[in-house]
Amino acid sequence: MSRIQGVLKDLKDQGRKALIPYITAGDPHPDATVGLMHSLVEAGADIIELGVPFSDPMADGPVIQLACERALKHGTSLRQVIGMVKEFRKEDDKTPVVLMGYLNPMEAMGYEAFADAAADAGVDGILTVDLPPEEADDVAPLFARRKLDAIFLLAPTTIDERIRAIAEHSSGYVYYVSFKGVTGAAKINVDEVAAKVAHIHEMTALPVGVGFGIRDAETAAAVGRVSDGVIVGSVLVDTIARNQADTEELKRALTDLLHPMREALDSLAS
Amino acid sequence: MSVKLTEEMLSALPDARGHFGAYGGRFVSETLMDSLMTLEKEYLQMKKDPEFQAKFDKDLADYVGRPSPLYFAERLTRETGGAQIWLKREDLNHTGAHKVNNTIGQALLASFLGKKRIIAETGAGQHGVATATVCARLGLECHVFMGAEDVQRQSLNVYRMKLLGAQVHAVESGTRTLKDAMNDAMRDWVSHVDDTFYIIGTVAGPHPYPLLVRDFQSVIGRETRRQALDKTGKLPDALVACVGGGSNAIGMFYPFLGDETVEMYGVEAGGLGIETGQHAAPLCAGRPGVLHGNRTYLMEDENGQIAGTHSVSAGLDYPGVGPEHAWLKDIGRANYVSVTDDEALDGFRMLTRVEGIMPALETAHAVAYGVKKAAEMDKDQMLVINISGRGDKDIHTIAQLDGIEI
Repeated sequence: MSRIQGVLKDLKDQGRKALIPYITAGDPHPDATVGLMHSLVEAGADIIELGVPFSDPMADGPVIQLACERALKHGTSLRQVIGMVKEFRKEDDKTPVVLMGYLNPMEAMGYEAFADAAADAGVDGILTVDLPPEEADDVAPLFARRKLDAIFLLAPTTIDERIRAIAEHSSGYVYYVSFKGVTGAAKINVDEVAAKVAHIHEMTALPVGVGFGIRDAETAAAVGRVSDGVIVGSVLVDTIARNQADTEELKRALTDLLHPMREALDSLAS
Repeated sequence: MSVKLTEEMLSALPDARGHFGAYGGRFVSETLMDSLMTLEKEYLQMKKDPEFQAKFDKDLADYVGRPSPLYFAERLTRETGGAQIWLKREDLNHTGAHKVNNTIGQALLASFLGKKRIIAETGAGQHGVATATVCARLGLECHVFMGAEDVQRQSLNVYRMKLLGAQVHAVESGTRTLKDAMNDAMRDWVSHVDDTFYIIGTVAGPHPYPLLVRDFQSVIGRETRRQALDKTGKLPDALVACVGGGSNAIGMFYPFLGDETVEMYGVEAGGLGIETGQHAAPLCAGRPGVLHGNRTYLMEDENGQIAGTHSVSAGLDYPGVGPEHAWLKDIGRANYVSVTDDEALDGFRMLTRVEGIMPALETAHAVAYGVKKAAEMDKDQMLVINISGRGDKDIHTIAQLDGIEI
């Protein structure tokens, strides 16, 4: 059982929901990322999605676009991001880390070299926004052989036939994109999400994490009620943008955001 | 040319998942997959539908003004002293460039699919104008995404789009050019996927776009082939076209791919010179990667971040290229070369002065290389340059380079 599967199983046994924060590696500075990851764990994170910055993040709204620009200004590369995970693992061998990004930096590094380095550093899962399973025939086996979970997206527009096929290619969890839009837009409709996630649950035994549009305790609880976990991204990245100067202040601000979400999710526990 | 491409090979490309050899494909976030698959299914049906084809042909004839002439540039040929130079006059199309061939086709598809809201990206503004034009004609809501830098250097086209009723969105992110316009168009599409049709202007992007844009633009090569046979009794020896994304070039090349004797030259933007790194020539100096939904040659750094590009022409200022060109390069069927900003400007001046035809700065790249190539060829040979667009939109840029206020 992978680290991701273990954590999600424990949570399920306890009747609890996963809190999965996302931050962009290298933002506001490469030196800050590992410390921020530990803060996220202290504030209640079960899994961390660590964004790999890309020059052309087509699926992201302005908040994460700017985070990528800040990280790239400091030259944050995929190799460095993997190095950050290795550093993080020195003090934390429990919290799963998922690398989330776009395909081209991996292609440039070479898929085999990337998979080796990621597995060696203690990365647990890979989520590539612009890699649907249809194009993953060469890459997916490299991940599977190294016990890296391949996490794919499901969307409101995904038809049943594809939901089944995508779930079959996935391991760890599937990531349900809560609305038709880019990250950071505020247009989540909880009833629609509930209906779709229930439908996805009928088609796969994998846990379903829901992301896009979760910004506070209220939306976290509403979505947590109908899913196995919530992914929180833009609101955290926006907080990083507004507290770049003072790392300690930033850690406090992130904790202030995540704590109420953690409590709201745990209050759902049966 | 040693590569023999049979009908059979050509009709099998792209494959069912949109691949041209190792290139192409469909690399997008999941939200768009359903729309792309629907578009593919509908298009493959309409491609076989005689009624759709008849409507497309009628629009090309009566609205665009096709066929465009194949013109023998007698004086340019004499001055060059080599092969006979012929010009395919896409600049004479309605809206002044080849781009409208494709927007007519895609707008027909959009109407068929019942989509009322159209989005497009544009670099030089020619595709934006061609999209705004068909939207005006069909009464469709039109949003054009354009890099903020291009909005400045192509202000005439921006105003044309506005007159046609389009909303022009200046894109401030990234390098503020064509690639960033395409990013924002994709973001808009994901956010309005139910009611919006994205008219991509070039042969790049996720499958089926490289296929359908190539099909709509192939009218250029089909006409050229017929006209060359009518006028000279033989096929051209060489074809020359500029390549940004590569839609006018693929439109010219595709109908000739099976004709082994016809050489093909795609001309990329060499900017300040390939050796300076300040250019937009991924086929000449890039490597394969994934951007904007397809695998193709890209300009990128060693970490896979997309590199900034430079060209005097906004329409060529793009770090990627259509996947079919990437494949044609690898199999050696087409040759890809580059000319610098300065050479392109010389090409612009030469065609203007010698033939009274003012080409777009994008097209001027093809002119510059075509003249150079023709000079190396025999007098009884025939070379066709695709005059993909007219140069009115670039007058300000030329004047500025000449230090003249207009």
